Amino acid sequence: MAEQPTSATLAPGSKTGPVDAISVRDVTRDYRRPRTSLLRPSPPVHALRGVSFTIPQGQRFGIVGESGCGKSTLLRILAGLDRPTSGSVAIDGRDITGLRERQLRFVRERLQLVFQDPMSSLDPRMRVGDIVAEPLVAQGHRNRRERVAELLEAVGLQADAADRYPHQFSGGQRQRISIARALAPRPKIIVADEPVSALDVSVRAQVLNLIADLVDELSLTLVFVSHDLSVVRHVCDRVAVMHDGQIVETGSTEQVYEEPQHSYTRRLIAAVPTLGKALSGVSAADLNREYRP
Amino acid sequence: MSALDTEAAVASAVPDGRRRRRPMAGSLLVGGLIVSVVLGMALLSFVWTPHDPTLVNPSARLEKPSLEYWFGTDKFGRDVFSQLLMGSRTTLFVGFVAVGVAALVGVPLGIVAGMAPRWFGELLMRGNDLLLAFPALLLAIMFAAVYGAGTLVAMVAIGIASIPNFARLIRGGTLQVMKTEYVIAARAAGRGPFAIGLRHVLPNVSSLVIVQASVGFAIAVLAEAALSFLGFGTPPPTPSWGRMLQESQEMLSSAPRLAVFPGIAIAVAVLGFNLLGDGLRDRFDPKLEDRR
Repeated sequence: MAEQPTSATLAPGSKTGPVDAISVRDVTRDYRRPRTSLLRPSPPVHALRGVSFTIPQGQRFGIVGESGCGKSTLLRILAGLDRPTSGSVAIDGRDITGLRERQLRFVRERLQLVFQDPMSSLDPRMRVGDIVAEPLVAQGHRNRRERVAELLEAVGLQADAADRYPHQFSGGQRQRISIARALAPRPKIIVADEPVSALDVSVRAQVLNLIADLVDELSLTLVFVSHDLSVVRHVCDRVAVMHDGQIVETGSTEQVYEEPQHSYTRRLIAAVPTLGKALSGVSAADLNREYRP
Repeated sequence: MSALDTEAAVASAVPDGRRRRRPMAGSLLVGGLIVSVVLGMALLSFVWTPHDPTLVNPSARLEKPSLEYWFGTDKFGRDVFSQLLMGSRTTLFVGFVAVGVAALVGVPLGIVAGMAPRWFGELLMRGNDLLLAFPALLLAIMFAAVYGAGTLVAMVAIGIASIPNFARLIRGGTLQVMKTEYVIAARAAGRGPFAIGLRHVLPNVSSLVIVQASVGFAIAVLAEAALSFLGFGTPPPTPSWGRMLQESQEMLSSAPRLAVFPGIAIAVAVLGFNLLGDGLRDRFDPKLEDRR
């Protein structure tokens, strides 16, 4: 594919020094529900309504919000797996909206995904070695066996894991496999969709630390999506709070956590269970009453 | 770090599915055995049969089972056991041709219809429904009228008539597979649609293919019997279990054993292929591997 940058794709970076890893401008995405009436078309669902943000190279960016707020839609658009209804997305300064699959090769090389459910994100019929090697095969890399062994070691799995099937591993280990696969083509951006939500609390910290360490070591840009603010606080420098398809607040993690500006953020933070609150008898029902705007 | 070690310990405790020999499922064993017997009979018939299965011998008409004629003889004096041996060839041929045609066309069709844009998939499936509405035996009779009665012609027709069953089933499986995160991961890794179809969809719908193939095999054997019975299938003198059954019809009150032997052969072979299909499905599903 043509790799030479055109004037349009360079534009955002040419003035501001280093190019942003990801820049999202006024992205909307509407879905159509199946018709329920013969006479009227069904009303569209606005999954995203005017989302904008930029993520500089090397930043760990968190996106927080409840389920159904549009997080996953946003991720799919970032990864070039879905198209926005309007607005634009640029990866490393190159606009990816409206590109054909063949033109998206640079996105496939630079951006990789880690999914929420380590059960369904690994093909049950493939050996772990083949799963991890898949991006390498797709992108025509050489020396795949060595690279796979290296990756499995990097995520803390034994080398013989390559010959086994995903169901022979625990949830935490499967998520490690998923991370190894994402790192295989040496991407610069990792997009993680609730990577620890499906895991036991006991292995969550391990997987989070693994992600954080690898991101540091390989100086990656991380987009980390979660409904759990405490998890995001653990990993991210900056955070955006999403609600109803919009970003309601953006800021450094500490700032958002210590001085939340938006009422929704305040509710979200209050929802994080703490030992003190539990001992003083706060229940989930109190949250809505106390923090509703 | 200690928590990591615990995880590793748990992993090594999980048995290695490749090395450990699992007890064989009963259905696989029995099905495999029956199918091997049918296969053995067919192979044996190439080198040895007690008598010439097509030899008409008026002096030995309707013999009862004896050391000379193990299963007796029919109204023309032909040895029933020899005919059964030769007939197993027809049965296997019939199954492989019909299932082969149906699977070779139906599986790719189903996968394409499941992966293609929605409107195209729907279009393919509506065409599929048209074919599905057409009775298999009627199609076979039409083929026989145009191309002449014969085992191959009949079975290609049965195979064509079975394509929609495969396509519909495989499309359903494909739609499910395409929604999974591992397919999204493969797309994000840069895999093209062809590779996704071959490496992810096909292996994950293979258990459906195996089960449908075993059912299709059984249906084909029955269809061959029915067509031969009607005179549109295997033409004489080639022995076929279906035609043996038909020829025994007029003797049903005087020599019921002539219907019993081919009848049992058909029933047991059909059962065997069904059991084998079930057993293979369980065996090939790695998720079921450790639960047994």
